[in-house]
Amino acid sequence: MGKYLAKRFLYMFITLFLIASLTFFLMKIIPGTPFASANKLSPAQMQIMKAKYDLDKPVPVQYVTYIGKMAKGDLGISFQFNNTPVSELMFKRLGPSAQLGFQAVFFGTLVGLVLGVFAALRQNTWVDYGATFLAVLGKSIPNFVFAGLLQYYVGVKLGWLPVLFWKGFEYTIMPTIALSMFPIAISARFMRTEMIDVLGTDYITLAKAKGASFFEIAFKHALRNALIPLVTVLGPLAVSMMTGSLVIEQIFAIPGLGEQFVKAVSVNDYPVIMGTTMLFAFLFVIVILVVDILYGIIDPRIRLSGGSK
Amino acid sequence: MAQTETNNQKQRFQPAIIDSSKSEEINKPSLNFWQDAWLRVRKNRAAIASIIIMFIVIFLAFVGPLFSGKQFDTQNVSHNHLPPRIQGLEKISWLPFDGTEVNRAGKEVNVYEKRGIDEYYWFGTDTLGRDIFTRVWKGTQISLYIAFLAAIIDLVVGVSYGAVSGYYGGRLDNIMQRITEVLIGIPTLVIVILMILVLEPGIISIAVALSVTGWVGMARVVRAQVLKVKEQEFVLASRTLGNSHKSIIYKHILPNLAGVIIINTMFSIPNAIFFEAFLSFIGLGLQDPKASLGTLVNEGFKVLRLHPHEMIVPATVISILMVTFNMLADGFRDALDPKMRD
Repeated sequence: MGKYLAKRFLYMFITLFLIASLTFFLMKIIPGTPFASANKLSPAQMQIMKAKYDLDKPVPVQYVTYIGKMAKGDLGISFQFNNTPVSELMFKRLGPSAQLGFQAVFFGTLVGLVLGVFAALRQNTWVDYGATFLAVLGKSIPNFVFAGLLQYYVGVKLGWLPVLFWKGFEYTIMPTIALSMFPIAISARFMRTEMIDVLGTDYITLAKAKGASFFEIAFKHALRNALIPLVTVLGPLAVSMMTGSLVIEQIFAIPGLGEQFVKAVSVNDYPVIMGTTMLFAFLFVIVILVVDILYGIIDPRIRLSGGSK
Repeated sequence: MAQTETNNQKQRFQPAIIDSSKSEEINKPSLNFWQDAWLRVRKNRAAIASIIIMFIVIFLAFVGPLFSGKQFDTQNVSHNHLPPRIQGLEKISWLPFDGTEVNRAGKEVNVYEKRGIDEYYWFGTDTLGRDIFTRVWKGTQISLYIAFLAAIIDLVVGVSYGAVSGYYGGRLDNIMQRITEVLIGIPTLVIVILMILVLEPGIISIAVALSVTGWVGMARVVRAQVLKVKEQEFVLASRTLGNSHKSIIYKHILPNLAGVIIINTMFSIPNAIFFEAFLSFIGLGLQDPKASLGTLVNEGFKVLRLHPHEMIVPATVISILMVTFNMLADGFRDALDPKMRD
């Protein structure tokens, strides 16, 4: 276990280092300056601006400073958003994104779980087909399409829920539903297969033979065992939350990380782009590691040493 | 009397000829892997429906722009924001093709009559008065093109990488696997956005950006399968007969992986369609007047409140494409995966 963890951490650092370097060099190749209305500046003014942000130094020097600072957690200062340090900027925005993500994963897995369990218990009936079809829809329809339609019909036409902004719980309902379509689809499919597997095992037959009631079998014996592998879908879900947050936050005007990232991209704010990229990559790598470890703990049959080497 | 009747009855029956040499014969025609798989796909009604719908959409994508009689980039600002109207269907009031739209005051008005326009725009027009019917099918073409291109790059790179890594093994495999382990840690989203920022958004650059990390999944699956297949006797036999590594990989190993490769490619196509649309939606997609389904949804979204058809039409097409590709991929997986055989 210790050796495995050490190896995984090493890979984590290599991956993050690679992403950091890649982000840095790609940012250097991108055409355009990060300064607003750059063509109004005289060459001398431009020089002063560049010196202020260390952009006049040679690229390798900039690179070393950048990596060194990043190791200390200093992500630089935003060019565009009032010269705020990037980490401070991101910290303020982390709240709404995290809340939205957790709500969507929680709501999504819960609904998916119920759908999947009922589909498995009523296999090959309309309940099953309906749940399966819903899962295909959830997996297929792009979340921004769903969010747009939801916003139009529920928000504008029916007027049940607020259309934009992030001011209270009722503002979080529509974005959460829009973002939770993928979790619903994934966990519903997964639960269905797992439940069908478990329902076919000997100990369920034994429970039936002993005269346990339908609900006792379904919820006490089958569901518990089928639930365990659900941990594995957390990885893909976390990724979909990050991708989703970019568009969903933009559609519903939520002051989160994703919305800021899209803004930063459109105004060439390098430090913010690099910082957000690194944060996304960091979260991603951590989630994958945690899921792998959790899975190893839950299911001892999976050997953590990885392969037969 | 009774006697003759039984005789008659007896004559009607002949004892069956029992030929012991034929009793072991199997009468079911022997099917190869693909015929068998096709039988199983055919049983899957959802997959068959998907194939049919998908072909209709692809057919329309190529033929639609030809018979609409309009160009996808012809602007006519006096005809902008027209709702859909189709000859014949306009009489049926519950269909959304009667040329009416709910205006700001909440009343339904026939925009064509109000503005005195005789032309028919089947799916309406956009902000610049371009025909949405033509644009949607043109956009479908481009979306499909990007998706197929990305899928093919994934296929070529992923299969070669996986096959080489799995077949040769040893130190080479070790190094190649360390590389994929690092690459798999990079979120696709981040790398795609960075690549698009550097490359100018265009059909090729989007496909390439999607493939930068896209092939890793394919490479891993192929490697795992190669490891399994290469230990089997027929590979050893071929080796003993003096075949080169190259011909073993191409002639003996890859055909055995066809199922896995097809399944993986089928799933990467809708994935690419989604990512292309996603990039367009956050403003990193194709530039006007070129259109993909993603850019059309994005343009439509901006005027969703007043002219909902401009988003609903491309959104419907992209959803249909995604659903059919996913269902077909599921069907193929069930049919080709030997573990799922019934």
